[in-house]
Amino acid sequence: MTNENIIEVENLVKKFGKFTANDRLTFQVKKGEILGFLGANGAGKTTAIKILCGISAPTSGKVSVAGFDAVKHPEKIKQNIGYMSQKFSLYDDLTIRENFRLFGGIYGLSRKSIRQRTEELLKRLELYEYRNRILEALPLGWKQKLAFSVAIMHHPQVVFLDEPTSGVDPVTRRQFWELIYEASEEGKTIFVTTHYMDEAEYCDTVSMMVAGQIRAFGEPRELKTEYGVKSVNDLFIKLARN
Amino acid sequence: MKRFLAFVKKEIQHIFRDTRTMLILFGIPIAQILIFGYVIKNDIKDVDIAVYDQSKDEYTRQITNKLTSSGYFILNRELDNMKNIDRIFKEGEVKLVVVYENNFSKKLHAENNATVQLIADASDPNRANLITNYSGAIIHDFVKDEFHIDQLPYQINSKVRMLYNQNLASVFMFVPGTMALILMLVSAMMTSISIAREKELGTMENLLVSPLRPAQIVVGKVTPYVLLSIINAITILVLGVFVFGLPIRGSLTLLMLESVLFITLSLSLGILISTMSPNQQVAMFISLFALMLPTLLLSGFIFPIENMPKLLQWLSAIMPPKYFITILKNIMLKGTGMAFVWKETLILGGMTAVFIILSVKKFKLRLE
Amino acid sequence: MKAAEIHNIHKSYDEVKALGGISMQVEKGEIFGLIGPDGAGKTSLIRILTTLLYPDQGQASIFGMDTIRDFKGIRKIAGYMPGRFSLYQDLSVEENLNFYASIFGTTVSENYHLIKDIYQQIEPFKKRLAGRLSGGMKQKLALSCALIHKPDILFLDEPTTGVDAVSRKEFWEILKNLEEVGITIIVSTPYMDEAELCDRVALMQEGQLLDVDTPANIIGKYDHELYAVESRELHQLIKDLRSFDKTVSAFPFGDTVHLATQEKLRRKELQKFLEEKGHEGIAVQSIEPGIEDCFMNLMRKQNDE
Repeated sequence: MTNENIIEVENLVKKFGKFTANDRLTFQVKKGEILGFLGANGAGKTTAIKILCGISAPTSGKVSVAGFDAVKHPEKIKQNIGYMSQKFSLYDDLTIRENFRLFGGIYGLSRKSIRQRTEELLKRLELYEYRNRILEALPLGWKQKLAFSVAIMHHPQVVFLDEPTSGVDPVTRRQFWELIYEASEEGKTIFVTTHYMDEAEYCDTVSMMVAGQIRAFGEPRELKTEYGVKSVNDLFIKLARN
Repeated sequence: MKRFLAFVKKEIQHIFRDTRTMLILFGIPIAQILIFGYVIKNDIKDVDIAVYDQSKDEYTRQITNKLTSSGYFILNRELDNMKNIDRIFKEGEVKLVVVYENNFSKKLHAENNATVQLIADASDPNRANLITNYSGAIIHDFVKDEFHIDQLPYQINSKVRMLYNQNLASVFMFVPGTMALILMLVSAMMTSISIAREKELGTMENLLVSPLRPAQIVVGKVTPYVLLSIINAITILVLGVFVFGLPIRGSLTLLMLESVLFITLSLSLGILISTMSPNQQVAMFISLFALMLPTLLLSGFIFPIENMPKLLQWLSAIMPPKYFITILKNIMLKGTGMAFVWKETLILGGMTAVFIILSVKKFKLRLE
Repeated sequence: MKAAEIHNIHKSYDEVKALGGISMQVEKGEIFGLIGPDGAGKTSLIRILTTLLYPDQGQASIFGMDTIRDFKGIRKIAGYMPGRFSLYQDLSVEENLNFYASIFGTTVSENYHLIKDIYQQIEPFKKRLAGRLSGGMKQKLALSCALIHKPDILFLDEPTTGVDAVSRKEFWEILKNLEEVGITIIVSTPYMDEAELCDRVALMQEGQLLDVDTPANIIGKYDHELYAVESRELHQLIKDLRSFDKTVSAFPFGDTVHLATQEKLRRKELQKFLEEKGHEGIAVQSIEPGIEDCFMNLMRKQNDE
């Protein structure tokens, strides 16, 4: 982690009619930092992520991701981020290699670098020999790891992961987090949401959203001391119930 | 019974809360009948004709008068020889030339036989067909009124070979055809989609894991659509009668009963389709390709079955709308009763029974 | 009589094997958890028990009624909440509830006492269409609908997946209350921490049973020594612990790493090993395993076989 801010959000407000989904969010995320973006269902996480990805415009406030303004240059942001969620991952009816080629092409990588990255990433997952398999019949854990690799294929500065480990077995879940650590060590900023509270402990920083506002933001260790709780799970329950 | 009523109530709520369904149910029939209706009605209004009257006597003048006062035809010009007909048609205004032979009245009195020749511009065959039908009918009417006989020994000699249709069925063909098409669509497509929707949303799981019997689910699904289809049938008839002057010569009760039979048939077909469709899209697709296109193309609605190749004629024999259209034409236009449509009714009844048995058998009590 | 008896159930979809010979029994009145990740076969098993699917092989019965022959009997006494939200989105909260009550031949008022605690939370929105409810409220409505005919046995397929920690906690409190009324509950979940809230659990992985027992017994069967190890650099710690020669496994658990070893460790030995690797703030503590430790241990053993 360095001191360079890669995400800067200042007084971000998003309203839908009279409903305020995001209420004056202000925070910074550093290069290489792993941020756990937590909150109850309906707290406004998804809305905030959409704005940070340049898909949705804020009602007011300043948002900059990877050095680009989310209002003025959303398309530049899209070039510099990776995104993976449980819902949107890879195409089930294509082979592993075809998926890599497709998404590499979408992000404008040259044929040569697509080939290089595919080989590099698949060898890292020890799945290179399966590169011509159709995705459909592969185990969920593999698919999630592959989806993550595709999301970082074009060396994005920020990777958004929306519940990436949902329903994955406990061992694969931890292997997935090792991939996250490695990406972070390469200097990629990771922005992750999860319902597994033990995973929140693996983050450098956690943000706790309650009813559209960020109620707590900081290192898990410090927050636990500050609120006098034993785990992030207890912290979550304490804050979200109030 | 309470369970069943609760189910029907739920279905009605679905239908009335979905504006798209409502639009398909009530908008399309009205739009379709008006479109078909006006296209055909405009076709045969104020058509320019030319007359080559070689006898210029009492009858020929009366016939010409009758033609032009019918509202369908306008006398564009009178001719004094046959040579120019080709040129006149090429100019494009005149669509029909009426030629009376020499000594028309005399011959008619003396020999009971006179010839009027109708020459139509057949570059648009359908139109030519309509025009000769109309003009022929008017002449026929004239003779009937004048001589109180039903047979007019005249001869049509036009460049297209066409059959004379005594009932003018082609004019009103669209109403029975549209009715068959719409009842088929509404009944079969809507039920198949609505069952497929329960599968798609996962609510079918909840229904199956309940003491509801499959028959209750199926009949509960179908009941609201039976009611809606009857309303549709009535709407189409009312529009047909009051906007387009369609006659209903036969028994209205018989007509409604036959409609209900056809609706039941379509609904059971819809359920059968739904048992094959895992989701709404597939249901829609099958309905369109298995029902709508064959109904349009093979039932005699647009293309006469007699002119089809043998293979298609056989195919058309298994199209339920074909029989329903025949029944409708018979009751509405010819004014015939059960004696003339029992065969078609029996066929439809048989088909209905087969579809109901198949669909209850195929309705899955489980998810597979 | 057992609430559920499951004997050697097999189920495959085309090439994919969902269940490979599962046998177990569920006692009357207990909360029985099917614990495992996606692809473990939980949904297939629940669908077979709720009479929605035929097994390829094997038998199952609910309160003595066979799931194939006596499916009508089972459908009268079972409540079922599918994994996907599957109520009518275009009907209101109230209309959904009334509908499910009447297809089971009962009324809402007759069994209101059963759902009162849950339904009260959504009652202020009873005129709202179900499709416009928030996730937590949808879940409560779905449970109310599954309960409204006072089932003897309740099947819940992943009711807490994708639900935040607070709503999950509330949901389990509701289940505990239902258990007191005497309803047998079979619930599936991918969250290992929820296992400890069940009376007995079946740990499942790729269509196989890893173990069926009470959570306490499963933990009691754990056959390694387990330590919670802490240091400043979690990721580096995992890597280093894996290179430690007595390590069976090392996985992150929250802010510590759970280190499993074959034999008891001398703490100093490990301390020294980590200090040499340059770790700071080292803490080593001997701990009791949780269900997740046991699950991972059983998974590893199954893979070794």
